[in-house]
Amino acid sequence: MSYSTTARQNRKLSSPASIGVYVFLISAAAFFVLPLYIMLVTSVKTMEDIQLGNIFALPVSVTLEPWRIAWNSACTGVACEGIRGGFLNSLAIVIPSTILPILLGALNGYALSFWRPRGANVLFAILMIGAFIPVQVMMFPLVRILATLGLFSSLSGIILVHLIFSMPVMTLLFRNYYLAIPQELFMAARMDGGGFLRIFFQLMLPMSVPIIIVAAIIQVTGVWNDYILGLVFAGRDNLPMTVQLNNIINTTTGVRLYNVNMAATIITSLVPLTIYFISGRWFVRGITNGAIKG
Amino acid sequence: MASVSIQNISIRIGDNDIIKNLNLDVVGGEFLVLLGPSGCGKSTLLHSIAGLNEVTDGRIEIEGQDVTWVDPSKRNIGMVFQSYALYPTMTVERNMSFGLRVKGMPANEIERKVQSVAEMLHLTPLLKRKPSQLSGGQRQRVAIGRALVREACVFLFDEPLSNLDAKLRTELRRELKLLHKQLGTTMIYVTHDQVEAMTLANRIVVMRNGCIQQIGAPCEVYEKPENLFVGSFLGAPSMNFVRGNLVTDANSVTFTTAQLSLNLAHYAFRQPPTDGQPITLGIRPEHIRISPQGNLQGIVALIEPMGSHQVVWINYCGNTFASITQQIIEYKLDEHIIFDIDVTKASLFDQVSEQRL
Repeated sequence: MSYSTTARQNRKLSSPASIGVYVFLISAAAFFVLPLYIMLVTSVKTMEDIQLGNIFALPVSVTLEPWRIAWNSACTGVACEGIRGGFLNSLAIVIPSTILPILLGALNGYALSFWRPRGANVLFAILMIGAFIPVQVMMFPLVRILATLGLFSSLSGIILVHLIFSMPVMTLLFRNYYLAIPQELFMAARMDGGGFLRIFFQLMLPMSVPIIIVAAIIQVTGVWNDYILGLVFAGRDNLPMTVQLNNIINTTTGVRLYNVNMAATIITSLVPLTIYFISGRWFVRGITNGAIKG
Repeated sequence: MASVSIQNISIRIGDNDIIKNLNLDVVGGEFLVLLGPSGCGKSTLLHSIAGLNEVTDGRIEIEGQDVTWVDPSKRNIGMVFQSYALYPTMTVERNMSFGLRVKGMPANEIERKVQSVAEMLHLTPLLKRKPSQLSGGQRQRVAIGRALVREACVFLFDEPLSNLDAKLRTELRRELKLLHKQLGTTMIYVTHDQVEAMTLANRIVVMRNGCIQQIGAPCEVYEKPENLFVGSFLGAPSMNFVRGNLVTDANSVTFTTAQLSLNLAHYAFRQPPTDGQPITLGIRPEHIRISPQGNLQGIVALIEPMGSHQVVWINYCGNTFASITQQIIEYKLDEHIIFDIDVTKASLFDQVSEQRL
């Protein structure tokens, strides 16, 4: 038994086809890992070390000073307080911009797939068309609308904008998830006297954990990585991390601090990265198991 | 013991008339079975009684109260679905108590009711489990329990046993019948399985294409089918049909084909028969008797042993008859066999209208 498996593995490893596959996989991995390697290595080098010009080399002496500067005292325009403020701003934007769209998207999807009000399909089609229109087209009208509402350049303004632009995808996601849940489950809850909100909160939402995870990943990474909406709508006090990162990198007074720039960039991308690592295992979970026929 | 009255119901979904002008009265405390092939509208009708479908026209009354436009939860109905439809994130206990919690019943009262129903359905050891940890039979028992806990005045069953294997189905069928005997609540049960219909029902309603074909006690529907469809739908194997003509003279009526001539003196005609009328004779397999005293001779075409009885398929002059016999004689294929037809138990149908004569 063990003999035959090792023989099979040997044959597989040495065949030209599998060599080709490995070459491809290794180069693809290098394509993604190499930039990350350069960023990490550069962020712990001293400026003298960097000026040697050998970007692939390991640091001569490791220093965490660039990370401290990036976090605390790098200049983002006039102020020199590091990227810390941006990090907190981004958190303040991301948390409500994840929770609200998920709640509202789930509610939309639930209403569309179970209650099916008249005209629901038309409404859904219009929402889907919205997903295809580039954000930039709606930018100026939205600025005017928010200005009229008095929400322009405010935290609630940027959250509202994220909420609006996330609605098509969130609704689609939850609608399709709920369509796969048998209608009979909903009927049973209706017979048991459940109303619109009770069925949603006590029955459907607890069943939606896998899709909520997916939606959260989409929202967190999307909102965290957003630049243009934050720049336009957030206002000076609420500029997200991405905008501040750009400012740090583009602030040119004297020497370009490559190590600080790299550290700031890694810090900025840390949140989406963590989200991916933590949530991976949730993707495969099936929650409706056992509700329907065995 | 609530009665249910359905008056001139029409249900249209999209452009399809699912049910047209249907009337049905369910007596309080009876076990009524809606029986028909898939797509005949029986489930749609049940969903309308539950309030899960809107009716296009007509009126539904429960206990004399018009509930046509009343919300499903306010109709005091319990329902059991084919797919069980248990709430997957809740334990058995929470599944059963959901409706009571919605009503805002005090916790100790909920506890008491769930316990008593769980005991009745042997679910007590399973109360803390999730639906995914239960077998199919247990899940359906929980679904029944969830309906019972609410102490509804009418219970609706939508093919509740269809997803179970044959043995469990027979078991749970018996339990359902006992349950009805114990509770005496009005139950309306949808199925396409004629055995379930025959064993459970006080009355069977046979449906086809959204219309009621016949309403009656199981024996009545089985023995005196109102039309050709009812005759062929009930019974396994199906009723044998022979096409022929009526010949009448002063004091006798005979059914004749090229090969057969049967005296219909004992048949209870609804209208006086007319001479030469083309009719279809329907005869149940158990009324084709294999015996040496018979007057017909055929050839054994196929034998299906069923344990307690066997089905013998007999070729007779181009017709194939199914015959059920309790005898344990071993017949051989292609063997000549003597049989006769018990005409007193036969049903006659008009060939054009397919209605019983």
